[in-house]
Amino acid sequence: MAKYIFFMAVPLLLGGCSQNWGWYVVNPTLPSGLTNLKFMLSGLEYTLTLTATAIAISVTVGLLVALPGLSTNPWARRLSRAYVELVRAVPILVLILWVYYGLPQLTGLQIGVFWAGVIALALSDSAFQAEIFRAGIQSIARGQYEAAYSISLSYRDTMRYVILPQAIRRILPALGNQVVYMLKMSSLVSVIGMQELTRKANELVVVEYRPLEIYTILVLEYLVLILIVSACVRWLERRLQTDERS
Amino acid sequence: MTHKEAPIIRFDGVSKRFDDFEVLRDINFEVLRGERIVVCGPSGSGKSTLIRCINGLEPVQAGRIEVDGIVLSSKVATLRAVRSRVGMVFQQFNLFPHLTVLENVMLGPMRARGMNATDARDISIRYLDRVRIPEQAEKLPRQLSGGQQQRVAIARSLCMEPAIMLFDEPTSALDPEMIAEVLEVMGELAGTGMTMVVVTHEMGFARRVADRMVFMDHGEIVESGPPEAFFSAPRSQRCRDFLQKILNH
Repeated sequence: MAKYIFFMAVPLLLGGCSQNWGWYVVNPTLPSGLTNLKFMLSGLEYTLTLTATAIAISVTVGLLVALPGLSTNPWARRLSRAYVELVRAVPILVLILWVYYGLPQLTGLQIGVFWAGVIALALSDSAFQAEIFRAGIQSIARGQYEAAYSISLSYRDTMRYVILPQAIRRILPALGNQVVYMLKMSSLVSVIGMQELTRKANELVVVEYRPLEIYTILVLEYLVLILIVSACVRWLERRLQTDERS
Repeated sequence: MTHKEAPIIRFDGVSKRFDDFEVLRDINFEVLRGERIVVCGPSGSGKSTLIRCINGLEPVQAGRIEVDGIVLSSKVATLRAVRSRVGMVFQQFNLFPHLTVLENVMLGPMRARGMNATDARDISIRYLDRVRIPEQAEKLPRQLSGGQQQRVAIARSLCMEPAIMLFDEPTSALDPEMIAEVLEVMGELAGTGMTMVVVTHEMGFARRVADRMVFMDHGEIVESGPPEAFFSAPRSQRCRDFLQKILNH
């Protein structure tokens, strides 16, 4: 992995170095470069909290949409299906604009940039989470339900203690993918003015006019975040698999 | 027992179809309290379906099923009430792979019988002891042999202290050397006066333990009677053919 990053980064950096030496804008040994770097990194907190909040909500909503989708009641299934189809069809950027500019007009409630971003990302992701949960739950053998029901467990307890713990282990890689995806999509919230990593980079470019160097740093910021997320998911997967897997 | 003669399970004209295929045809069937029934028959004869109807795992299209005084319906409360009185052991064990043996066995007492963890643990250990695997309590199912897993499954059902135990081909997925240990546990259970309905091809077990044999074919109960008569003088040709195949095997 480190090798690929090296081979990708070197031409970029050399390209930047050869003709228009511009790395001073983000050179941490220079006072102005250090200030710029700190400015760029100050967006990190928003990127992380936005992504984490949106993921937490989308996983919950996704599960609540997936469960009726597996019901024997055809209307519950249709409702779940309709939600997934509808939400999945809206581009994230469009959803962000609609929630931020449209929703207040519709409801009369003023929403801040952060919550508009959270709602849009969570809504959009929940459709995918629902599909992931549905596939995961469907992959659990019927015998597990029958065994749970035959010791008189309720539907809720069957899901909570028997089905979901097994399903979540199976869908962990897919959930990890969604976290990575959301982390990247959080950059779109910059369009409504949220001060996250991408917005900070844009603002700095306007001042310094050094897009190559600044956006390269931005790329590296996302890269590092995503590598950390991937490592965490792999660690979690290994732990759960060696721990308790049939 | 005072209620010795009151049927604990009663089927009145029960029929079930899977699309066009009739799995059960107009079944009339009674089991007395404390009776041990062995159901046999060729594959596809409806014997598994018959016992799965007893705890409501299979809905039926026609007829009436009464279990321990409760008439089965599709209502959740009814199903849970029946299932708390009826234990079931499956061919594939169906243990919960992500839980330890003890957790598998404790789940029913805690979540269905509302016991606290201490009581649930006590009763679980008592029944694990009874199926002779208390030392495996902290292991995961996959670390156990098939025979051990099936005994855990039996303990898991017994922890609900059911009035009836159903066994759906409990030894069919086991290696031959593990069949005996499971049959032994089942034999002991029969000795306690538990009402049992067992689907099995183990005719030796049937002879030893059954009060009554039930032979099914094509979704019908063809013959039913005490094991001595059943094995020595089966009345129907279908039953004779079946027994010949399975006993000379």
